[in-house]
Amino acid sequence: MKVYSWGRLSGEPHAVSMLASAGSLPALADGQRALPHGMGRSYGDSCLNPQGTLWKTTALDHYVSFDPESGLLVCEAGVLLRDIQRTFIPRGWILPVTPGTQLVTVGGAIANDVHGKNHHVHGSFGDHVRQLRLLRTDGSVIECGPEQNAEWFAATVGGLGLTGVITQACLQLRPVAGPWMETETCPYHSLDDFFQLADTSEAQWEHTVSWIDCMSGSHSRGIFMRGNPAAADISQPEPAAKALTVPLVPPVSLINPLSLRPFNAAYFHAQARKSGRRIQHYAGYFYPLDNLLEWNRIYGPRGFYQYQSVVPRHVGQDAVAAMLKEITRSGAGSFLAVLKTFGNRQAVGMMSFPQPGVTLALDFPNKGASTLALFQRLDAIVREAGGRLYMAKDARMPRDLFEAGYPRLAEFLNYRDPGLSSALSRRLIGY
Amino acid sequence: MSTMRKIVIVGATSAMAEHCARLWLQQGVDEMVLIGRDVQRTERVAADLRVRAPQCRIETISSDFLQPEAIARTVDQACNTINPDIVLIAHGSLPEQADCQQDLQQNRAALEVNALSPVLFAEAFATHLEQAGQGKLVLIGSVAGDRGRKSNYVYGAAKGLVTRYAQGLQHRFAGSRIQVLLVKPGPTDTPMTAHIKSSGAKLASVEQVAANIVSGVARGKMVIYAPAKWQLIMLIIRHLPRVIFNQMNI
Ligand SMILES: Cc1cc2nc3c(=O)[nH]c(=O)nc-3n(C[C@H](O)[C@H](O)[C@H](O)COP(=O)(O)OP(=O)(O)OC[C@H]3O[C@@H](n4cnc5c(N)ncnc54)[C@H](O)[C@@H]3O)c2cc1C
Ligand SMILES: NC(=O)c1ccc[n+]([C@@H]2O[C@H](COP(=O)([O-])OP(=O)(O)OC[C@H]3O[C@@H](n4cnc5c(N)ncnc54)[C@H](OP(=O)(O)O)[C@@H]3O)[C@@H](O)[C@H]2O)c1
Repeated sequence: MKVYSWGRLSGEPHAVSMLASAGSLPALADGQRALPHGMGRSYGDSCLNPQGTLWKTTALDHYVSFDPESGLLVCEAGVLLRDIQRTFIPRGWILPVTPGTQLVTVGGAIANDVHGKNHHVHGSFGDHVRQLRLLRTDGSVIECGPEQNAEWFAATVGGLGLTGVITQACLQLRPVAGPWMETETCPYHSLDDFFQLADTSEAQWEHTVSWIDCMSGSHSRGIFMRGNPAAADISQPEPAAKALTVPLVPPVSLINPLSLRPFNAAYFHAQARKSGRRIQHYAGYFYPLDNLLEWNRIYGPRGFYQYQSVVPRHVGQDAVAAMLKEITRSGAGSFLAVLKTFGNRQAVGMMSFPQPGVTLALDFPNKGASTLALFQRLDAIVREAGGRLYMAKDARMPRDLFEAGYPRLAEFLNYRDPGLSSALSRRLIGY
Repeated sequence: MSTMRKIVIVGATSAMAEHCARLWLQQGVDEMVLIGRDVQRTERVAADLRVRAPQCRIETISSDFLQPEAIARTVDQACNTINPDIVLIAHGSLPEQADCQQDLQQNRAALEVNALSPVLFAEAFATHLEQAGQGKLVLIGSVAGDRGRKSNYVYGAAKGLVTRYAQGLQHRFAGSRIQVLLVKPGPTDTPMTAHIKSSGAKLASVEQVAANIVSGVARGKMVIYAPAKWQLIMLIIRHLPRVIFNQMNI
């Protein structure tokens, strides 16, 4: 069947089968290669294996055990982060790190070592994995964690599904008072403002992130959002989960320069008017887009790219300014643009994306050559700054940038499972 | 919130049954007995449900699913453990129609697991519910049981037998506090249909279907199409004149 990743750039045929048991993998024919696949929430080609096999993990959705004293949860790798939040927040435990959508699997979250808005406090997803079980296509099973088989663990966290299939994981949850967040919204009018807000917020606020108006050029206005879990339980009725679905793929992208500029301006002013403190439900705060199912269709039949970079802090402001200038000049870009700082810590995975610095993520409707040409100009800035691009979002980065950004690549290759391969691994690693 | 506090599930490892169990546990269940053919797979489901609802007591029984004596024994054991308010009989297996035509052994196996096995379980539970004087007996049939089609009539015939059996039980218990409910799911995204899905068929989500089942059971609907749109579709298909029906490649 045709399979798309979140960016919908390609819909190539795959042989898809559902992993039914966490105990063994289906046999692979000679020379055939497979790839584990969770919810396909990666934007680019890291979760695709065109003409090959995909092993969907979403039926591996069983909890194994939970210890209410320690908060240690053992579960299969196809469990959705959404389900963990829904099961455990009412009992006083929360996932320490989640990405901007909760519709991802535990296995996918580990394989991309995903980050949330609280990197400066809690690092990335892999920092909270105590143990995982890796099933290799030769039938062997490897149990690993920060202390046990630590090198396998470091290869598999952020390992893009290339070291084996993660079948189960032990996660450390964190105590939480309830489902509510205390949040504050602050408009900013320059990158200076942004960095100052980021620096002064980190000590007091667990979650920081900002929306940036990518059409605002050198003014760089945006909305800084910070939040903390609300201390005491607040007795408000929880919002009912209502979901809308984008019903069809429009023939052209609904996001274009004509719609974007006024839209961004309207959004900025609306948010700026609402600035200040309030109480928000965790789902609306962390996963604002999850109630609009299949929103990725709005970019039309050609799909879209997300370009996410991280650059070191000391060159961060200049690099971000240079990238924004290029983007504003190109008139490309979209409403979805995020700027945030990462804390000063190294990730556990050899191929993990987060590193100290500042990360900029933007969606771009696919307009072919002009979009790719813009990316080349952005690449030059990232390369010069000594930064890297996020593979969970990537469908096109050049190999030299990949190799420069991920210096532990050679070490990582020792842990690859020869039976597994992805479009991304073939593009960037050769097989 | 509800009065449905004790539940037995036969074929508890079925994806549909698991999702029903998860929903029931959210609503509050005191005790549950899970029956499966394989200890490990049934325990895996039990462990999951125990994490979801630590306050619920969950037991497992593994059993042969075809032997009448084993079925009777298993049902006795389950009903000695709890007095069920709901019994869900969920197991089944979707055979390749072509294989069943060529190989009578496979044909028979498909008829046994999809027809004989569930109705023998149903009969054994009916006896217990009758003694207890109340309870809901829920069988999973299929839209495939509504009209024989060339692409799937072995499975369809088995589900048709379940349909007729449920009808008979409904008649038997009419006017009593025992309800017999028949679920007819449409094509649903579960391991059973994984091979159809890879060829691109449109399938309902198992969460959706389980929600339909759970709400239909709460309301005591005698026939629960899941999702509900299949009621209309099957009404049309059942009544299509043969000349038209025979033109269709379904
Ligand atoms: C709206 C939106 C917001 C997002 N926000 C963020 C964010 O804030 N931060 C962030 O870090 N990411 C973010 N992402 C990206 C997303 O979190 C990651 O792409 C995540 O890995 C997707 O998980 P998945 O279950 O869909 O996995 P897939 O996309 O299906 O797969 C991702 C990778 O994991 C591998 N994999 C999956 N399951 C297993 C397994 N069991 N064993 C081994 N390998 C496996 C696959 O082979 C593939 O390489 C966002 C995505 C969306 C759509
Ligand atoms: N999925 C659909 O599209 C669909 C549509 C209409 C009706 N249905 C019906 O819905 C019910 C649930 O199916 P599902 O979709 O949830 O499928 P599933 O997840 O594949 O589960 C099938 C269940 O049947 C059991 N089973 C299979 N073969 C068996 C055998 N020979 N003996 C005993 N038990 C056996 C399995 O036990 P193990 O785990 O031990 O293998 C499992 O519990 C079935 O009655 C099915 O016919 C399904």
